[in-house]
Amino acid sequence: MDNLLSIVTFLPALAAAILALFLRGGDAAADRNAKWLAMIATTATFVISLFIFFQFDRSQTGFQMVEEGQWIMGLRYKMGVDGISVLFVMLTTFMMPLTILASWDVKSRVKEYVIAFLLLETLMLGVFMALDLVLFYLFFEAGLIPMFLIIGIWGGANRIYASFKFFLYTFLGSVLMLVAMVAMYADAGTTDIPTLLTHQFAFADFEVLGIHIVGGMQTMLWLAFFASFAVKMPMWPVHTWLPDAHVQAPTAGSVVLAAILLKLGGYGFLRFSLPMFPVGSEVMAPLIFWMSAIAIVYTSLVALVQEDMKKLIAYSSVAHMGYVTMGIFTANQQGVDGAIFQMISHGFISGALFLCVGVIYDRMHTREIDAYGGLVNRMPAYALVFMFFTMANVGLPGTSGFVGEFLTLMGIFQVNTWVALFATSGVIFSAAYALWLYRRVVFGDLIKESLKTIQDMTPRERWIFAPLVVMTLWLGVYPSAALDITGPAVEALLDNYDTAIAAADLGGATVAEANH
Amino acid sequence: MVTIILFAPLIGAIIAGFGWKFIGEKGAQWTTTGLLFLAALLSWIVFLTLGEAHTVTLFRFIESGTLSTDWSIRVDRLTAIMLIVINTVSALVHLYSFGYMAHDPQFEHTPYRARFFAYLSLFTFAMLALVTSDNLVQMFFGWEGVGLASYLLIGFYYKKPSAGAAAIKAFVVNRVGDFGFALGIFGLFFLTDSIQFDNIFAAVPTIAETELHFLWTDWNAAELIAFLLFIGAMGKSAQLLLHTWLPDAMEGPTPVSALIHAATMVTAGVFLVCRMSPLMEFAPNATAFITFLGATTAFFAATIGLVQNDIKRVIAYSTCSQLGYMFVAAGVGVYPVAMFHLLTHAFFKAMLFLGAGSVIHAMHHEQDMRNYGNLRHKIPLTFWAMMIGTLAITGVGIPLTGWLGFAGFVSKDAVIESAWAGTSGGYAFWMLVIAALFTSFYSWRLMFMTFYGKARGDKHTHDHAHESPRVMTIPLGVLAIGAIFSGMVFYSSFFGNHDKVLSFFGMPAHHAEASEHGEEAAHGEETAMADTATGEGADEAAPAEASSEAAAEETATADTATEVGAEGTATADTATEEGAEGTVTADTAIEEGAEATAMADDAAGEDGNHAAPAAGLEYGAIYMAPDNTVMDDAHHAPVWVKLTPFVAMLIGFGVAYWFYIVNPTLPRKLAKQQRPLYLFLLNKWYFDEAYDFLFVRSAKGLGRFFWKRGDGGVIDGGINGLAMGIIPFFTKLAGRAQSGFIFTYAFAMVIGIVLLVTWMSISGGAH
Repeated sequence: MDNLLSIVTFLPALAAAILALFLRGGDAAADRNAKWLAMIATTATFVISLFIFFQFDRSQTGFQMVEEGQWIMGLRYKMGVDGISVLFVMLTTFMMPLTILASWDVKSRVKEYVIAFLLLETLMLGVFMALDLVLFYLFFEAGLIPMFLIIGIWGGANRIYASFKFFLYTFLGSVLMLVAMVAMYADAGTTDIPTLLTHQFAFADFEVLGIHIVGGMQTMLWLAFFASFAVKMPMWPVHTWLPDAHVQAPTAGSVVLAAILLKLGGYGFLRFSLPMFPVGSEVMAPLIFWMSAIAIVYTSLVALVQEDMKKLIAYSSVAHMGYVTMGIFTANQQGVDGAIFQMISHGFISGALFLCVGVIYDRMHTREIDAYGGLVNRMPAYALVFMFFTMANVGLPGTSGFVGEFLTLMGIFQVNTWVALFATSGVIFSAAYALWLYRRVVFGDLIKESLKTIQDMTPRERWIFAPLVVMTLWLGVYPSAALDITGPAVEALLDNYDTAIAAADLGGATVAEANH
Repeated sequence: MVTIILFAPLIGAIIAGFGWKFIGEKGAQWTTTGLLFLAALLSWIVFLTLGEAHTVTLFRFIESGTLSTDWSIRVDRLTAIMLIVINTVSALVHLYSFGYMAHDPQFEHTPYRARFFAYLSLFTFAMLALVTSDNLVQMFFGWEGVGLASYLLIGFYYKKPSAGAAAIKAFVVNRVGDFGFALGIFGLFFLTDSIQFDNIFAAVPTIAETELHFLWTDWNAAELIAFLLFIGAMGKSAQLLLHTWLPDAMEGPTPVSALIHAATMVTAGVFLVCRMSPLMEFAPNATAFITFLGATTAFFAATIGLVQNDIKRVIAYSTCSQLGYMFVAAGVGVYPVAMFHLLTHAFFKAMLFLGAGSVIHAMHHEQDMRNYGNLRHKIPLTFWAMMIGTLAITGVGIPLTGWLGFAGFVSKDAVIESAWAGTSGGYAFWMLVIAALFTSFYSWRLMFMTFYGKARGDKHTHDHAHESPRVMTIPLGVLAIGAIFSGMVFYSSFFGNHDKVLSFFGMPAHHAEASEHGEEAAHGEETAMADTATGEGADEAAPAEASSEAAAEETATADTATEVGAEGTATADTATEEGAEGTVTADTAIEEGAEATAMADDAAGEDGNHAAPAAGLEYGAIYMAPDNTVMDDAHHAPVWVKLTPFVAMLIGFGVAYWFYIVNPTLPRKLAKQQRPLYLFLLNKWYFDEAYDFLFVRSAKGLGRFFWKRGDGGVIDGGINGLAMGIIPFFTKLAGRAQSGFIFTYAFAMVIGIVLLVTWMSISGGAH
């Protein structure tokens, strides 16, 4: 198949279009059909994406399965995957059927709901595969809209506030990115990402409004992209939209948000900031390190005192993304490998944790931690699953959560031990907040009247968790399954990076000690 | 075979945990216990037939750039010792739990036994993974794995709030230790590009001469790393400052306390220090700190043990204190003795805990010793088991024979003598002697309060006190054998006989010469090792090579190994100076199979600059530097040193006898008279209160501050303030969105973006 990537990308959109055009009526039967169609479409997408995975040549470092063609108004359509993006594609196609399955009990506007999710999948896949600047930007920004709708329509009581906060934050960030893209096009004369990856942007220092800019143009471009990606990540201090968005979003919305949308920022850093603006990255890396270290400590402490389960997990996500940003800009193999691994792993784990909250929210309609306690007495299977993912979130070795944290920390230690110290302290805090949450919700005697009749997980719910458990364990015990794929691509990226830095001769800056 | 040993418990855990509905709780119990006995049997076979150290590689673990890790099983003496300790105690604890966990008022209608056995087996697997690791990451896996199992088992009685709290405390405090451990691993990887033990050990001499920039300044790399790793050991082994979790861990069922919190998991820290002995030997300041902290812990925990009333807590503090002994032995560089005390302690302390469990079982889960008394006729078997345990821990034996006595006598005296030799009779020695006195006191106090005097507390409970079933007393009997004989049997291999110790641990024999020819020889040897220069080394290379080649066929006897070690040095020198010829020598050396030679080869292969200091570290399961003669000095300790612990034991016994048999009102009077001191000890030096204030509350306070002020006030306030002009506009839109226009709006948005992009890129192109 020559256009495998396009098929995978647009299959969900096609299903959405079919639903929008042909499905009529709002009765139960129509709703059921909508869900089944979505389920089939996302599952088919996943199955087809397996071909991408197995056809992918691990030894090759460039883009593969590239599709290219003319598009409207002189713009080009170009898709491809490499060792960095292919795992994100797989993560997306893997998570979406589970998301639909988790939404089986949605009652209002089911058709629109599944359409939103299907469109979202197409847009997210597009981001990871787009090899043209404009195409990327389109997917990247348009992805906001379905999410915005999911929160705004199917969300909780305060959904309007949350969805606007979410939208404002992310949209304002991306305006700057757009400007930067225009500038890049002006400079390089192309929007082709593979070409841009080899283009060297100017890095001579200059002054703007009397401020001396080290790294010149590269630093400016880097900052513009940073504005957008940092919000998407989200990095401290522009993270405050995330807890609100999560709290208000329906369960499936939270899952997609945490598992995939948060990865767009990290992917952006890897696709643009680090390889295209190496000098800018090198100059700004200390800023990233400290923001990440602060994020890890600060949000972990904030997570400790949360009273709402989803908020707690949302803050924990911010802390975990701190490891990612830190790892990426260490610009050494362990750090970058670890960052990618952490993103994939966090996709499974945080997705599962939000599903865990969803399970009891569906029963009790509250996320208040104090409303629970002693669930293990009536829900042993749930207790087991929740324990598993709590431990994975804490980064217990043997689960995938460990590998990413460990590698990124190992990476940062080679660059900056102070940051390593603060970031490593995150392993203490994460244990504290995660286990405390678990204890308050699951352990203890079951005394609350309202919980006396609560039921354990249904078979449907168990089937949602099963694949996530398998992936978390598999990647935890045999991380090479992922690292073998990212390794060569990252190595090539870092080789270019080191060459560029060496050429730029920053004189005594923290020039990559990656291959010390 | 080792693969079976490692995975049998895991398989048992999985079958019991997930399959008990099919095979029943009984089936789950039998499966796990049967597999554990199999593992124990095989462990003894491995221990008794251990030949060359070897490694079994299973499959790949983390690989990233130059970092390469495998799941593998390393079998050497150190591992073999841990294998028998872990599997023997674990198998017996499994068996014991048949009886102890048979009925539980906490779980009226819920099945719990399969879960318990699954956790026990899971723990055993993690512990085995820890000790069989050949690299630091797998060790970290086991390290945290046992933490998980410990967490699950401490929180086993999940209905009790105190159990949940204790479980979290154990995990989080351990994480503080892991924090240091992890930093140590990162540091080692940074320095050596590897986390395999063999590669690290080979690079140790280089590390010792490297300065590592960490935080604000440069440190000696070996010292820093040794210290960081020791922080991990402090957490796991409940040493002072990170000890607070261990007493609380007694919330778990008693068999758990015996297995995890006495015999195995808590000794992981000692194991780590012994495993890293090549590094420790190059870090004199770090090991001095280990000695200091171990001695202080031994003393500190013993003082608290004096006044506790909960029978399990007394034993818990006793464990804490005994672990301090082990660290002192390791800190002064006599690692075999640390392992020796670890081994004997595992037997007698597991027995004390299981005995205590038997008492608790008999007394219907009453744990307060003030409600015991006069139980020796009610539960005679338990009484005798506890008596043997007490004789062992207090160190009863024939003084000056060194080896004729209960297990604790032999190993503890070895520790104390080593402490004397290692610190020239300094702080650590005296702390340990005082701790020995206290140990004797609190152990006898426990015995007297439990088994002698008048029956106190609930009369009904006393009347119905009954001896435990056979499944519980048999493990006690087996452990009793260990508590009596393990000291005598292993004395010469771990401490008593120099050559036996060396061959037992597969160590080279610099020491043999040191002891035979006196210090001078040791010095000469050392100089030869350190001497990086000139023709002397090269001249020596040839004869050394010849002789070692000749002897190579007779396996690696100690003497050969020395020669090879010396040759390693010479080889590297030669290689540096003479190029090709030196390389040939190095190649010959490799065939000899000694690890150091492989390293010499490394050194030779690299550019000559590094070759000199990197040469010739020859280690077995344990490494003791050629100038480390503490063990021999300990053998020659004066008579008064050898008698001191015995006298301390007698005094402790005498005072306990006086306080609790002769004049039972005295303790209360004394407590009243010395009330502040009593309260200070009873409240465990107020560590919990201090930590609660310093860390728990401040963390929560800070969290709240960041959340409300930081996120809510500054960040949201700032950003919302900026956007204040825009928000009313959006809220208006929001109103429309709610009334059903959302889709129109959304599609307008999509189109808007498309237009925006197109326009921007086109105009950008025109530009």
